[in-house]
Amino acid sequence: MSATSAAETAEARGTPLSRLVAARRAAYRADVVTDDPPQLTRGSASRRLTDQVARVVMWASFGLAMVPLVWILGTVVARGYELLLASSWWTLSQRNINAADVGGGAVHAIQGTLIQAAVTAAISVPLGIFTAIYLVEYGRGRLARAVSFMVDILSGVPSIVAALFVYAVWVTTFGFQRIGFAVCLSLVLLMIPVVVRSTEEMLKLVPNGLREGSYALGVPKWITITRIVLPTAFSGIVTGVMLGLARVMGETAPLLILGPYTKSIATNLFDGYMPTLPTMINQDRTEIGLDSAMERMWAAALTLILIVLALNLVGRWAARRSSVRR
Amino acid sequence: MANRLKVEDVNIYYGAFKAVEGVTLTFEPRSVTAFIGPSGCGKSTVLRTLNRMHEVIPGGRVEGSITLAGQNLYAAEVDPVAVRRTVGMVFQRPNPFPTMTIFDNVVAGLRLNGLRNKSELADAAERSLRGANLWNEVKDRLNKPGAGLSGGQQQRLCIARAIAVEPQVLLMDEPCSALDPISTQAIEDLIEELKTDYMIVIVTHNLQQAARVSDQTAFFNLAATGQPGKLVEVGPTPRIFEHPVHESTEAYVSGRFG
Repeated sequence: MSATSAAETAEARGTPLSRLVAARRAAYRADVVTDDPPQLTRGSASRRLTDQVARVVMWASFGLAMVPLVWILGTVVARGYELLLASSWWTLSQRNINAADVGGGAVHAIQGTLIQAAVTAAISVPLGIFTAIYLVEYGRGRLARAVSFMVDILSGVPSIVAALFVYAVWVTTFGFQRIGFAVCLSLVLLMIPVVVRSTEEMLKLVPNGLREGSYALGVPKWITITRIVLPTAFSGIVTGVMLGLARVMGETAPLLILGPYTKSIATNLFDGYMPTLPTMINQDRTEIGLDSAMERMWAAALTLILIVLALNLVGRWAARRSSVRR
Repeated sequence: MANRLKVEDVNIYYGAFKAVEGVTLTFEPRSVTAFIGPSGCGKSTVLRTLNRMHEVIPGGRVEGSITLAGQNLYAAEVDPVAVRRTVGMVFQRPNPFPTMTIFDNVVAGLRLNGLRNKSELADAAERSLRGANLWNEVKDRLNKPGAGLSGGQQQRLCIARAIAVEPQVLLMDEPCSALDPISTQAIEDLIEELKTDYMIVIVTHNLQQAARVSDQTAFFNLAATGQPGKLVEVGPTPRIFEHPVHESTEAYVSGRFG
């Protein structure tokens, strides 16, 4: 070994930190320290112009997006609120009330919508969540890819197609009647992909470190999933379920095909037609020129919006109660 | 001593990729072993094979034998879940369970394995938190969220959680790399104390830390990116730092690379 390389080695043996500091100092002296005054003024004119343009475009887009939202809400509230103030709206049905008459209520439709939504959720939430758990925690290879692809396709199926599919199976093939449960089946087809996709995203957000932390304690995988992963993702899963529920509650095509409107209370899912809010809205829409029907239509629309809103609030409250603690 | 952990001729793969090759090592009970080496050399991979955590990553598998007290951890009849109860692990980033309180975090391993008795859980929680030098800081707020603690406290909470299930071996994967010097000091003091009850294996990028806390040091290196990592040399810590046999060990511990 020559003398120079030995000296270099000796220098290189200085602590890494001291060498780093020395290198930084040298770089600072060479490049950063100048006698020029620092540039503290705002950027160039073109840059400021770009900033202004971006700002205007952003606010304009926001304003534009808000217009239909506020408009719809304003119209529905303004035209529909009056009937909702009467207690009869929440207690009576439309039985024996002609389209041109005033009076009666929407309790038959409210009940139908709530029952169908509950049954739809009871079927599709477990199916959707278990599918998402499979995809995120277990699924590997071809089967998982196939399932994921199928969910994608399902989420692209128009509601009328889902309804016609159920009609083809339920009515044409098996010869059953058009009943509330058939409506639920078609709504399940529409709700499952929403629940799967949102739950999947939420499960993916759970840091892997938590799963590993649990495994490292000798906790089996299924307990890790049920006691660590699901609770951590709970609030997100609830939000996803609520979004899915909101979607199916406003769905109309399957109801028109499988669940025709009636004016009386009908709570049996397995016998007879079942009225719902969307079909009630549609029914009154057809009574053109009748002020009483128009008024009922707006009131029913507002009722539907309020129910979805209430469900969302309940969901948020539940999510907040048992979720990640801060 | 009986409860030695022995690694013999171990090759580790991720799918077709051979990550680590030909590792042979023995760990003594009540001793601390440090794994050092440049990034990507397989330290953490070897550590994770000691409690079969590498199997969590798809395609992870092992050739060779790893025995604890003479029992092969990779024998067909061995349950990886049981292995992890015996060989606990603390990770680089503190990972307290965010939905749980401090108390629930500490007893998570016991509770999720079926222990329901309240007084036993309370005892275990206090014992583990004292063991992790955290009791005095959190005893008045056991019902507060674990995620609300500082980083160093969270890491000690994770150590408490790991020792609550009473493992024989404690693996630590760079436990101080996300912590400030004071918290690092606290963890190092803790390692010194835990040594009297557990066998500890620690991966660290901090050479001074390896020199301070370990009895035995293993230096890993890899020839080039894409090549498998290898165990270059293992021995008592003072010897590895003062009289390393291999040139690359010498270069690494004197700070010339890595």
